[in-house]
Amino acid sequence: MITKAMKYGLTLAVVTTFLVGCSSSDKKKPAPVAAAPVAVEQAAPVVEKQVANVVYFDFDKYDLTPEARAILLAHAEKLKGASTSVRLEGHADERGSREYNMALGEKRAKAVRDFLALQGVKAASLETVSYGEERPVATGHDETSYSQNRRVEVKY
Amino acid sequence: MKRLFFMLVIFLSGYAQAQLTNITISKGVDNPTRIAVVPFGFSGPKLTEDIPDIIRNDLNFSGQFESIGVDKMISYPQSESEIRYRDWKAINAEYLVVGKITLANGRYTASYELYDVVQQKKVLSTITVDGGPEQLRDIAHRISDKVYETITGIRGIFSTKIIYVEAFSRPAKSRLMLSDVDGARPRVLFESKQPLLSPVWSPDGTRVAYVSFETERPAIYVQNISTGKREQVTNFKGSLNGAPAWSPDGQKLAMVLSKDGNPEIYTLDLTTRVFTRVTNSFAIDTEPSWTIDGTGIFFTSDRGVKPQIYKVTLASGITERVTFDGDYNARGRVSPDGKSLVMVNKRTSLYQIAAQDLKTGNLRILTETNYDESPTIAPNGAMLMYATSVGGKGILGAVSLDARTRVRLPSKQGDVREPAWSPFF
Repeated sequence: MITKAMKYGLTLAVVTTFLVGCSSSDKKKPAPVAAAPVAVEQAAPVVEKQVANVVYFDFDKYDLTPEARAILLAHAEKLKGASTSVRLEGHADERGSREYNMALGEKRAKAVRDFLALQGVKAASLETVSYGEERPVATGHDETSYSQNRRVEVKY
Repeated sequence: MKRLFFMLVIFLSGYAQAQLTNITISKGVDNPTRIAVVPFGFSGPKLTEDIPDIIRNDLNFSGQFESIGVDKMISYPQSESEIRYRDWKAINAEYLVVGKITLANGRYTASYELYDVVQQKKVLSTITVDGGPEQLRDIAHRISDKVYETITGIRGIFSTKIIYVEAFSRPAKSRLMLSDVDGARPRVLFESKQPLLSPVWSPDGTRVAYVSFETERPAIYVQNISTGKREQVTNFKGSLNGAPAWSPDGQKLAMVLSKDGNPEIYTLDLTTRVFTRVTNSFAIDTEPSWTIDGTGIFFTSDRGVKPQIYKVTLASGITERVTFDGDYNARGRVSPDGKSLVMVNKRTSLYQIAAQDLKTGNLRILTETNYDESPTIAPNGAMLMYATSVGGKGILGAVSLDARTRVRLPSKQGDVREPAWSPFF
């Protein structure tokens, strides 16, 4: 029994190390091949990172997590000085009342907008809209789904 | 032989009604009033609606009555002279409704009487209700209203309506629906591929205000219910445009906007089109709901970290916290007598509907499921309807304000949510 548990723990540790290794090496990696020609054509900065377009929030919260800040910093780098307009769509999980969740999604979208603006992105190019709990990406009724639904999508 | 024929007619009409009337009583009063609604006499082709059956369902829906099944009845009187009280005492009926329907010049006339079986006396002398072929359900609801009011002393709500949102996925579609209170006769008021939410009736029952994302952004619309004519009343880009609430006099809409940076409560004068800002905090302020006299607005705010309900007096701007019980109280609605505030309450991990006595502050939980939301109070203040889910599918439930009775409405095609109970017409 003990060995079984230890084995399981060991497997977990190995997998975790592998995953951590992957994600950190991902961040350092240059852009995927498909993105490279675009960068060249535009004569933009040569290295463009593949950045996540979704940031997540804690339950009933609208302050940015360190992970969200890291992702948004990368977006800010891309958007600074560019004339690209971006739509920031805020969402909430299904728990609680619908209009309150609409306001939560709004607060989340505005938190992202304010952060990007603080990094020098033109506020006029950022439009916020909240869908509250109306547009879930995961339809389960558990924390796994809820955590995926509490989000802001950065849409170019 | 005559009785056998009657049974056949009842059986057939019961079959036709099965889809509309499967209201589930999940909890009734300990001692519901037993009432027998005898099949109405009618000499003519089979009617499209079974009026006595609709009355039975209406009364059961209130939770205060238990209708006696036709199969338990010993006799089928249609007038006073045919009533033998012992037949009704034998099956423990406390009240008895008998009636008949006649057809003349394309209009149906139902005449009925109400008897007290225990005291062996007539309570309501012959009352007639008439209507066209499309109004048979209206006739039934009118009779239910009168019977209910006569016995309980409370005005009946069976002739009122509900508006609700029905949502479908793959492909995504939302429909704003209007139906009888029992879910029958559903009609589409508006349909969109984008979300629809927060429908509310104007106090005179002629219009509905709601939020639509049809332009890919939220906006508040007001729609005339009979003509279908729509008007967009807000359109602030990059802002919340939500939670509309009519003032009691119907002259203003309170709402949430974030046009000035933060979710705040505003009122819109529908005549002058002037917006007035009501709240001012860095927190979320949303879900406005007017006090009965129109001098104040209840709203949800997380200014104290967790969402709670507050009340602002419009003239002075003085704001006070109203809810303290539980770590989440949202979407308040005040009862017609102004005495109770119903809301979504969370304690431990359950989201349920609760009612707070505004004088004592006492809170009682009214529902027993989880993720219950969007409470809407009947205009007689005796019941409220709310949205809940069963097996992952959104349905509507109703509960009496004293939590003694609980019913579940028939399931619809899509996810049903956000019921809005009409005023009296």
